[in-house]
Amino acid sequence: MAFIPHTPDDIARMLEVIGVRSIDDLFDEIPGELRAGVLGVPPALSEMEVGRLLADRAASDGRPLNFIGAGAYEHHIPAPVWAIATRGEFYSAYTPYQAEASQGTLQLIYEYQSMICALTGMEASNASLYDGASALAEACLMAVRANRAASSRRILLPRAVNPTYAQVAKSIAGNQGIVFEAVDFDRAAGRTLLESLQPYSGQDVTALVIQQPNFFGSLEEIDALTDWAHENKILLIAVVNPISLALLKAPGQWGTRTGGMQGADIVCGEGQPLGVPLAGGGPYFGFMATRMQYVRQMPGRIVGRTLDTEGRPGFSLTLQAREQHIRRSKATSNICTNQGLMVTAATIYMSLLGAAGLERVAAASLQRTADLVAALSRVPGVRPAFTAPRFHEAVLLLDRPVAPVLGALARSGIFGGLDLADRYPELGHALLVCATETKLEADIDAYSGALADVMNPSRAAA
Amino acid sequence: MSNIPSDLRYTKSHEWVRAAQDGAVEIGITEHAQSALGDLVFVEVPEVGRAVKAGEASAVVESVKAASDVYSPVSGKVIASNAQLATQPELLNQDPYGAGWMFRVQTNAPIDAAALMSAADYANYLAEEAK
Repeated sequence: MAFIPHTPDDIARMLEVIGVRSIDDLFDEIPGELRAGVLGVPPALSEMEVGRLLADRAASDGRPLNFIGAGAYEHHIPAPVWAIATRGEFYSAYTPYQAEASQGTLQLIYEYQSMICALTGMEASNASLYDGASALAEACLMAVRANRAASSRRILLPRAVNPTYAQVAKSIAGNQGIVFEAVDFDRAAGRTLLESLQPYSGQDVTALVIQQPNFFGSLEEIDALTDWAHENKILLIAVVNPISLALLKAPGQWGTRTGGMQGADIVCGEGQPLGVPLAGGGPYFGFMATRMQYVRQMPGRIVGRTLDTEGRPGFSLTLQAREQHIRRSKATSNICTNQGLMVTAATIYMSLLGAAGLERVAAASLQRTADLVAALSRVPGVRPAFTAPRFHEAVLLLDRPVAPVLGALARSGIFGGLDLADRYPELGHALLVCATETKLEADIDAYSGALADVMNPSRAAA
Repeated sequence: MSNIPSDLRYTKSHEWVRAAQDGAVEIGITEHAQSALGDLVFVEVPEVGRAVKAGEASAVVESVKAASDVYSPVSGKVIASNAQLATQPELLNQDPYGAGWMFRVQTNAPIDAAALMSAADYANYLAEEAK
């Protein structure tokens, strides 16, 4: 038997059976402008030619100085991280189907879960999800299962939560009867106000989502918000940046013991900052952790530590009865998986840095962003938008539209941040900027110098 | 042969129903059901105060290899649930008709007797299913 699938004859016969003229006809549903079209690559090239082509294409990207964050963050990744992650023993994206035969993989995931629990201050973590945005969608679905005091399926989603996450949560959970209600933010501080939640006090609400730091980089008043949620029998879903947790209070410790419940109930977020390169938007990974009380409502795989029949320690997948291969349509999720390879890199990253290393990364990022905001705010026509304390991201207000400014900066090799005009038109000419430990003093000077030139061309000419 | 007490009524999904006073009923799963599931590791019972409809999934029993819904055979309001099962799910294996009861429902309509089987009918039903 020839292992060549889909010969032209096979394809012709299959098309005839389903009554379609060509393979392209199968893609009629997709509007033409969304298709990749012609890539401008010859049908075949030698290895040498392919190497040359790709090197040229990569070089055409240049080496821009990047100040965009908005959910994906450029951190230094020590060389051993991917040298170890790509070893044959680890180099698989998947949880093995014959899971217990792969004790090494299971041990690594177990270590990962332990680290996520330590970072978030929660009791149980899953083996990861697709990305931060889908992790929030899953957290919303989970909250509906877990909050048995509520029957409304209403979830309060502040506008200060990453708008892409909000969009994904609505796409995934919106069609499952979940209603999202937007909660406005304070224009001066750039964070969610407790007062804007008061209208919901005493109402039947399933969960409140709080992102810390929020999309603007501002720190939310998490203790008051968490207590308000618990006073009203509302579950708190925390969306957090894992690097920030080296400095900020762990979600498990948010709030006081209101109604016997301290801390967030479900914690999720984007794991990319932990050793995963930006790489054009993915693959990244999502993380999720919760209280032991809700562990059966948590989607995804979970690795547990156990003893074998001879009393020796070992690892196994656990609580599988919640999962789709057993519970079918009633599984906690039928749209999730884990991101094994990314989790491997993240686990190695966290192991190499340790708690102290992670804290230094977080502290350096905090400092660089403070320096960046100070330097850019000295440029005439630029000022910080919000007064709330921030982590490693900030919104600046310009005296003119942001897009042309970013275009001019890009031409001098600087990615100056994210234009918020489409997402938050009410803010005016708002620009979201980020600096991590990868941005040195000279980089910040280069940005502020270039911005001054763009904003004030006569200065550049002088 | 499975233990099928004659004073109870049964469903095709293997729940039993015990009539109590004032139109309240007690609900659990049968000896046959617990034996088919194997050692239970987790039982989720409905919250007191919840309104349930006949045929609605109202509780969950989970063994190491499977999780199954338990359907309320009657409509009404949950007036009690067996909190002991949260920490001792094995009670359901050991004593499915006694200490392993799951929840009590205050019915708001007459029970549809035709929808429930007598012990003899349930025994025949199990024999048919086993064929």
